[in-house]
Amino acid sequence: MILHELISFDILRLIWWVLLGVLLIGFALTDGFDMGVGALLPFVAKSDTERRMVINTVGPVWEGNQVWFILGGGAIFAAWPPLYAVSFSGFYLAMWVVLAALIVRPVAFKYRSKRESTSWRSAWDWALFAGGFVPALIFGVAVGNVLQGVPFHLTPDLHSIYEGGVAGKFFGLLNPFALLTGIVSVGMLVMHGSAWLSLKSEGVIVERARTYGAYGATVAGLGFVIAGVWLAFGVDGYSFVNAVDPAGPSNPLLSEVSKGGSWLNAYNDRPWIMVAPIMGLTGVLLTIRGLRAGHEVSTLLTSKMAILGMISSVGLTMFPFILPSSSDPKSSLTVWDASSSHMTLFIMLVVTLIFMPLILAYTAWVYKVLWGKVTEKDVIEHGDSLY
Amino acid sequence: MDFGIVELSRLQFAMTALYHFLFVPLTLGLSIIVAIMETVYVMTNRPIWRQMTKFWGTLFGINFVLGVATGITMEFQFGMNWSYYSHYVGDIFGAPLAIEGLMAFFLEATFVGLFFFGWDKLSKVGHLISAWLVAIGSNFSALWILIANGWMQNPVGAEFNPMTMRMEMTSFTEVLFNEVAQAKFVHTVSAGYVTAAVFVLGVSAWYLLKGRHTELARRSIAVAASFGLAAALSVVVLGDESGYSASHTQKMKLAAIEAMWETHPAPAPFTAFGLPDQEARETKYAIEIPWVMGLIGTRSLTTEIPGIEELVHQAEDRIRSGLIAYDALMEIRADLNNVSDAARAQFEEHSDDLGFALLLKRYVDDPREATEEQILMAADDTVPTVWPLFWAFRIMVALGFSFIGLMLYFFYLASFKGMKFPKFALRLAVIMIPAPWIAAELGWFVAEFGRQPWTVDGVLPTALSVSSLSVTEVAMTLAGFVLFYTVLFIVEMGLMIKYIKKGPYMDVKETDEWMDVHRRRMITVGEPDAIATPAE
Repeated sequence: MILHELISFDILRLIWWVLLGVLLIGFALTDGFDMGVGALLPFVAKSDTERRMVINTVGPVWEGNQVWFILGGGAIFAAWPPLYAVSFSGFYLAMWVVLAALIVRPVAFKYRSKRESTSWRSAWDWALFAGGFVPALIFGVAVGNVLQGVPFHLTPDLHSIYEGGVAGKFFGLLNPFALLTGIVSVGMLVMHGSAWLSLKSEGVIVERARTYGAYGATVAGLGFVIAGVWLAFGVDGYSFVNAVDPAGPSNPLLSEVSKGGSWLNAYNDRPWIMVAPIMGLTGVLLTIRGLRAGHEVSTLLTSKMAILGMISSVGLTMFPFILPSSSDPKSSLTVWDASSSHMTLFIMLVVTLIFMPLILAYTAWVYKVLWGKVTEKDVIEHGDSLY
Repeated sequence: MDFGIVELSRLQFAMTALYHFLFVPLTLGLSIIVAIMETVYVMTNRPIWRQMTKFWGTLFGINFVLGVATGITMEFQFGMNWSYYSHYVGDIFGAPLAIEGLMAFFLEATFVGLFFFGWDKLSKVGHLISAWLVAIGSNFSALWILIANGWMQNPVGAEFNPMTMRMEMTSFTEVLFNEVAQAKFVHTVSAGYVTAAVFVLGVSAWYLLKGRHTELARRSIAVAASFGLAAALSVVVLGDESGYSASHTQKMKLAAIEAMWETHPAPAPFTAFGLPDQEARETKYAIEIPWVMGLIGTRSLTTEIPGIEELVHQAEDRIRSGLIAYDALMEIRADLNNVSDAARAQFEEHSDDLGFALLLKRYVDDPREATEEQILMAADDTVPTVWPLFWAFRIMVALGFSFIGLMLYFFYLASFKGMKFPKFALRLAVIMIPAPWIAAELGWFVAEFGRQPWTVDGVLPTALSVSSLSVTEVAMTLAGFVLFYTVLFIVEMGLMIKYIKKGPYMDVKETDEWMDVHRRRMITVGEPDAIATPAE
């Protein structure tokens, strides 16, 4: 089959780098508000009825939203196998904590309302909180570590070996810069969750959500700016020592990489990428204003814009690096040497082009069917068929 | 090579996969049964069918969510615990997993929300479509997962690329239409249908024994028995298809399942009972049924099925050939930018056997330095432990036939005996509830344990597939999973039992519909119709 040569290898890699971003951002835009709502749950809702009102705003949709995460994992596996192998085994215990949080979350949604007991319900409320807060924090921490480079090296067989002992590996992730990006991530999703709640809920819940959402957005915005300054002065960037063949074999060891210089040099080389951080910060400001003014639909949209801008800033700044290695820069994974084969990328692109529009269409339809607020009356009258 | 990591990672994978597979079969089957019930509701407008849809739908939901939650672990575990595997075969294995997300899981997960929350928001037909999309989504999910798994059993359409040190896809259609995957898919989803049918049958039988919800229970039995009968037949027929394809794709697995130590003159007998002794390479107290194995395995009376001894000799030859490939690979790898034609030709000639040379990595870092004795040991390693396979397979098959019997009997009672079920039959149906789960877990065990010592048959040894982690890390996550999963299992069982005991409930809309139906019947018929009276 030579069909796949219709699109050249380097273009396919570029497309799959964009698609990786689309999936991660898609995850943050959809499941992001579910996680934000989970993290907000103990703060915006006090009584059982209030909590059920909050939970049921995401009740029918979190399951579909979560697939963005699963699909993100699957797509990394299929399109960027070295990235999948190195990052998941490298962030081992942190990944496990994320898994644990994401395992209890679905169960909490589904089982919470199945018994009346207060202790049963409050236990699941904590699970929902953890299911939102913990992944949001860890994903942010992971981004911070990726920006700084991660201590791993590849053997000539391409086994990936992560440096450090058990505790060192886990606690090494929790360095100050990474904690900052973790906080940005939590703030961002809290903002998004509150924008969702102000659209889908009512009364005192919305009032509280707007207050916390504005805090979250402020933290995210300030943190994002501080992280940018920190990148300029305190974090080394990575670059290729000599030119690489963008259509060469996917073997990171074939290229030479050096650590040093600044990531922000990218803004000299490609000034147009300024669009991303500007969009992120504008989104944050508009969202704060929207939350204060009580706008509903437009606030959710500006919140999405903020997330889109902030996450894509990271990717665009690092391009073409995906996962730099701090201890052995040569092992760094980049767009040009960490992808699947030409054929696999092509086939996966065809499949994505067929199914992604379908997914977007039926997801939009489902949201349309479910349009409208979840009211106190709904929860009291139809309690049996709700979460 | 740290053997503790390999064993712990395998234990973790087995535990999380077997646990995940407690929920998946019921999801596969119950989604369809529920959709069938709702179809009847939409076609006949009889409220009892709506009540059945909702009741079984509730149980479906309790089960479904754990399938989803534990499925997340499966998707990420490859990268966490099996990172060399992920690097080595991700180019092929990752694709079906990603397609599963795109094509199946998105559909299933998006519409399952509408199924539970959309009763008042959708038209009857709209809701019915949601129910079917959930069923179709879950079944397509199984298809892609089994295409991925089928490739591990029979790695077609791929070759090793020395430049990237991994397997790469050469033909997507071969991966897609892998005969092992096709047979496995139908066998596995049929097993799921049987599981759900036995579950519905058992729970309904319990209601009949208690004299509760009899109208719901009778109709549910009728659906379960007819659906279950077709599924039970299909599971056995396709199981046989799997056996047939194993006879040319996975000879060692087949020989191990049958404890066939030596090659028999065709047609080989089937050992119905025996005690396999791995050390002595013989089966004690064997009771053999002549010809049967030859017929199942080759569908002929003249084709031989190779025994374990012969396959070990073949493995030894392949190890030696693999060493030539490995030697060439090392030469290529020394300078990837200047590969000599001689080295490339030498590699390509023997590259199919490269995986066999990798078996030696368990004993020496550089397989080329292996001693004769180590080569013989590695060849011996290609034999999986026989007795668990031998027994797991036989119990699975016996259970498979018992489901045909059970379903046939209930189908007969439901169709020709006016739904009069004797007490012993109802008790039997209740006792049988756990049986399909046992069969399904054993089936998974036979497929995966039987593939050892490989993760990808003949390509990548299990011992080489793991991540470079410490024993502490894997032990910690394993302990964490055991704890979590145990708690979740207890919670799930508690809820299942609670909701089964509680039985169906009627919502406002249903009550209105009941009243309507009754009013009409009072006017038109004058006497209550026995089969259509509401459940108590």
